[in-house]
Amino acid sequence: MKKILTVFIIIVISHFAKFSVHAGSDGTLEIRTTSKEQNTEVKDCFETVNRGIFAFNQGLDKIFFKPIAKGYRYLPKPIRSGSGNALNNLSNVVTIPNNILQGQFKEAAINSLRFTINTTLGIAGIFDVASYYGLKKLDKEDYGQTLGSWGVKEGCYFVLPVLGPTTVRDTLGSLANFGGGDAWYNVTVANNTKYFENSDYYYSRLTAGVDFRAKNLEAFDSLENNSMDLYASVRSLYLQDRKRKILNSDETTETMNDDDWEEIDAQ
Amino acid sequence: MIKIKIISFFFLFSLFGNISLAKEPSKLISEIVNEASIILSSSDPVEAKIIKLNNIAETNVDIDGIGMYTLGKYRKNLKEDQKIKYKKLFKSYFLKSFSSRLVDYSDPKINIVSEKKVNEKYTIVNTILEETSKNPEIKIDWRIYTKNPNRPLIRDLIVEGLSLARTQKEEFRSILQNNDGDINYLFKSLEEFIIK
Repeated sequence: MKKILTVFIIIVISHFAKFSVHAGSDGTLEIRTTSKEQNTEVKDCFETVNRGIFAFNQGLDKIFFKPIAKGYRYLPKPIRSGSGNALNNLSNVVTIPNNILQGQFKEAAINSLRFTINTTLGIAGIFDVASYYGLKKLDKEDYGQTLGSWGVKEGCYFVLPVLGPTTVRDTLGSLANFGGGDAWYNVTVANNTKYFENSDYYYSRLTAGVDFRAKNLEAFDSLENNSMDLYASVRSLYLQDRKRKILNSDETTETMNDDDWEEIDAQ
Repeated sequence: MIKIKIISFFFLFSLFGNISLAKEPSKLISEIVNEASIILSSSDPVEAKIIKLNNIAETNVDIDGIGMYTLGKYRKNLKEDQKIKYKKLFKSYFLKSFSSRLVDYSDPKINIVSEKKVNEKYTIVNTILEETSKNPEIKIDWRIYTKNPNRPLIRDLIVEGLSLARTQKEEFRSILQNNDGDINYLFKSLEEFIIK
């Protein structure tokens, strides 16, 4: 029971760290892609329930995460940058295996070099020395993205309490971290080592969530203030974001494939 | 001979006129950003800033086009009077949303990185919003409609790969789908937002 609870807490925190733009909708969302996937309909399963959970999460954010994130902003910038760098460095232990699983061997090599340099010369990743040597930071990868790149569809879109928006595929991907897919989890929680405590993992995940929330305080406020249906906006952004990450593409032309623009132009 | 000279003059004049009017998409963005930066860093009251920012948007953004795009399939069922009402409401909604998002920035620094012509109708201008003490660096791509090269218009902003036009479209679709496709409900939601 304790283990189940632990895994649940970790998933919650992990999701919060990813919670940038999340989603929900009106039944069905159609997102067009250009190459790896054909037109996909992502069903918003149990939308009524999802909206209720979304409202609960919003409340939780207001009384808990947002105030903490605001406080975090008061820390001196070098401390925030150092924390952000260290957490980014740590994320390589999930990104590198996923680079390999997706056949991105060059990226895997670069990330491995970055991890080695920053962990040693960069003092546990606090300083991004690798960038100084020309090894620029690459995009993060996770098991949900890997499943997507292998052609696994999203499945239902839904909202989890505290965790926020997700899909069946992304949730399965998150679970892979606890089945040996995350080396940091393995050395802190899964195995008893004399070097790390369980709490090291929890603190790192919590800090990642707070760091992310702090970086996006204004963006979230703006989205909230300018949305007539915040739930739908968040769902749209979440699904767009995941799609883009799976395609590993900075393509900005997605909407150009939309027939609607063609129709409007013809009028 | 005089006639030929006059025709030649008008021909050259009109050619020159076309060349001088054509505007590069990246130049358009550069001008807008500079103009907005001057407005935002000025000591004008917020209301005055909003009016000036809205003028920029009305001149350079295809508000009607975006409005029709965001309606998606529901666009086809609109009657003429509903279309007119929607365009009016959407314009007010768009301008309010646009200015309220921007007015929070005191002096945004946006650098143009590159420009990619996708086809005759579209060019993407890639820019970077510089990091501040509060916000990380943000990638913003501007989708410019260039069918009329003399008057390029902004049709979408893609922030870190996320299309604002698509997000807006899906938000409106959600509102309509959850209210049996009744356009009047969208009108009501827009009106409530505008007077908020």
